[in-house]
Amino acid sequence: MSGPSTYEPKSGFTRWLDKRLPIIRLAHDSFIAYPTPRNLNYWWTFGAMLSLALVIQIVTGVVLAMNYMPQINMAFASVERIRRDVPFGWLLQSMHAVGASMFFLAVYVHMFRGLYYGSYKAPREVLWILGCLIYALMIATAFLGYTLPWGQMSFWGATVITNILGAVPLIGSAIQVWIRGGGAIDEPTLNRFFSLHYLLPFVIAGVVVLHIWALHESGQNNPTGVEAKSKQDTVAFTPYATIKDAVALGLFFILYSVFIFFLPQALGHTDNFIPANPMQTPSEIVPEWYLLPFYAILRAFDFNIGPIDSKTAGVFAMFLSIGVLFVLPWLDTSRVRSMRYRPTARWCFVIFVAVCLGLGWCGGQNPGAVLAKAGPFSATLQYVEGGATQTQSLTVDAPQDFQKTADELQASLIHGGAQMVDISREGARTATVLVARGGVARTRTITADSSDDLEDRITAAKAEIAPRTAFVGITRVTPFLFTVTRLSQLLTFYYFFFFIVILPLLGLSETPNRVPDTIAKPVVAQGAA
Amino acid sequence: MLRRLTIAAFAAAALIGGVAFAANEAKPPKPYHFSFDGPLGSYDMAAVQRGFLVYSQVCANCHSMDHLSYRELGEEGGPFAMYRVRNKQNGEMAARVGLPAGEHGEFVQVTDNPYVRAIAEAVQIPDNDPQTGEATTRAGRITDHFRRPFANEIAARASNGGALPPDLSVIALAREGGVHYVRSILLGYTGQTRGAQYENDYFAGRYISMPPPLPADGLVNYADGTTATREQMATDVANFLQWAADPHMEERKSMGVEVLIFLIVLTALLYVAYKQVWKGEHH
Repeated sequence: MSGPSTYEPKSGFTRWLDKRLPIIRLAHDSFIAYPTPRNLNYWWTFGAMLSLALVIQIVTGVVLAMNYMPQINMAFASVERIRRDVPFGWLLQSMHAVGASMFFLAVYVHMFRGLYYGSYKAPREVLWILGCLIYALMIATAFLGYTLPWGQMSFWGATVITNILGAVPLIGSAIQVWIRGGGAIDEPTLNRFFSLHYLLPFVIAGVVVLHIWALHESGQNNPTGVEAKSKQDTVAFTPYATIKDAVALGLFFILYSVFIFFLPQALGHTDNFIPANPMQTPSEIVPEWYLLPFYAILRAFDFNIGPIDSKTAGVFAMFLSIGVLFVLPWLDTSRVRSMRYRPTARWCFVIFVAVCLGLGWCGGQNPGAVLAKAGPFSATLQYVEGGATQTQSLTVDAPQDFQKTADELQASLIHGGAQMVDISREGARTATVLVARGGVARTRTITADSSDDLEDRITAAKAEIAPRTAFVGITRVTPFLFTVTRLSQLLTFYYFFFFIVILPLLGLSETPNRVPDTIAKPVVAQGAA
Repeated sequence: MLRRLTIAAFAAAALIGGVAFAANEAKPPKPYHFSFDGPLGSYDMAAVQRGFLVYSQVCANCHSMDHLSYRELGEEGGPFAMYRVRNKQNGEMAARVGLPAGEHGEFVQVTDNPYVRAIAEAVQIPDNDPQTGEATTRAGRITDHFRRPFANEIAARASNGGALPPDLSVIALAREGGVHYVRSILLGYTGQTRGAQYENDYFAGRYISMPPPLPADGLVNYADGTTATREQMATDVANFLQWAADPHMEERKSMGVEVLIFLIVLTALLYVAYKQVWKGEHH
């Protein structure tokens, strides 16, 4: 795609340098003469934002590291010192913390764009895989960095994530101790997390170079998904793509600045302003927003799958949700690259985006929160007013016979004229039996919107009934509850269904719309119209 | 219309989130409009000064503020920052605390600020005697961190029935609802007690170990003549705690306005350039 180099050194020095280190030629071929499809839309400008976001994170991070102390008794205070006393430290700290969120925002748009326009298909598989690798490294780096301020959420987030690693079969607990540098999150953990947090961005930068190299080898994909065939299909990177990226960067920086200067804490958690306390677990432990979808997938598995316990299943699913991206080029069987011409796949993609957002929402909620229920919580109270109450005791010979004996006794007492019988078991073989004879049997039904509310009402009703009766029998009915966990399960199902079933099968069965022969054809026609 | 939409959105959020307050749950913080709310809000420095008085005479008996030093009170953006301002009548330069809106003045370095020095010197700080090395106390210096009420956590718990009074340096950022929450807690006592705990409408679980810190009006005497009602003291200390947690807020917001104006103009110019470059190219 790149073709032969068009660079011509103009001065004596550049001619001299070009023979020895053709670095200007490389820059010229990569960022000036490099042909880009002429129909790229604004979804293609996020690559430039990501490059700049990485540079900002590294530059602010290096300066912050000059003032930060990776020591458990000083880390929190050193971040406070940066925010208060280091000249423009408040700005650097805010740029770095908000920058991480902006980095992820851009990478998600970049990835969804690649997914929609089929940028992972041949010959761009390696390009896509390198991108997935960058994303995985970003997650690791962000998690390590979030630990450094040593607030409550830093500490407990690190605890939860390292516990997750402990769920890996066979080697899990060894890995856990190795990562933590001991049995618990402590000084060695903070030291190695700081070291790795400083290292990984440079690894990311290295993979970014490979990513861009691979991009320039295969050329950019474009909204039609048709390869550029002639000069008509492309424009030079500079000035055409450069100026378009610059406009998008301007908008990106406006959003970034709104957060830095006016909402610096909006994306963080208040608990991270409480210094880490290993003796006190926060009421909720949640990751930063950009990892919430994976947290939802992890927590969706509240059931065992055969011999696999729920925790291992959740961890496996969470890693698989990222791992599946790496093999995506071979999962999608469609010959048509861009979903613009795939009417069914397009809607499946829209649902997929909604599902990812939904998983993110679920990840931030209490998993037991009830979203909908089939009916009210209800309880039926049975009691006898008036009459006489007798107490007797019951002893059975063997514990396993208890239920049968108790049922028989109850039946015979009712048959013998008792209004109500209550058998409360007190040991493996003994129970106290209350028998009410005569009086009037009554029932009362209580309904409520939540189980707490129901218990409150039962307690109130019992207090009211108590003077008139010896005992109250209670039957509780819990309706079917649709909780956040149930919703997460549905969404998790679709997440994997989309990759593992829809993309392979739909590619074989779908009839695509007509794809234009060249990039230029529809563009020029549209421009002329 | 917008308001109606907002109400509908809130109603929908309430349905989804199940925002129902059972008997044991805390109420949401009382709404109050602080001068620093909103993207352009700034500190009411008189309120921050009064709040510092409330903190030092009431809160500081139990609550530390480890991350603050006395000098911060007199640094630019601090409540006792001093400026040399020209007197318009006689043309002489005079030092004064705070800068009236719209006036220019020359900032007086905190080392030359008598107010901050007096505040620091009024405090006894634990130290070692320079001759004997024995533990003693001395008058505070402006470089000292705020004096800790207790030597350590054990001492703090021992004096407070087992509960630990949290450090207040960043309490405005460390609680959901920020200083709106803090102000509500200070005014939220119902008067009921359970053992050594006090019922408070705004505290999760309703019973808090902190005795009502502002039980009556007039606990402090404000130098500016403001009547020290309970509401006034709670509001003032909330102002002070917000400043303490975010001392560079005013600088941050004013820089933000400049940066945004610059970026908007730049982006508009880039857009014009983009249109120019792509003119005649179909895409």
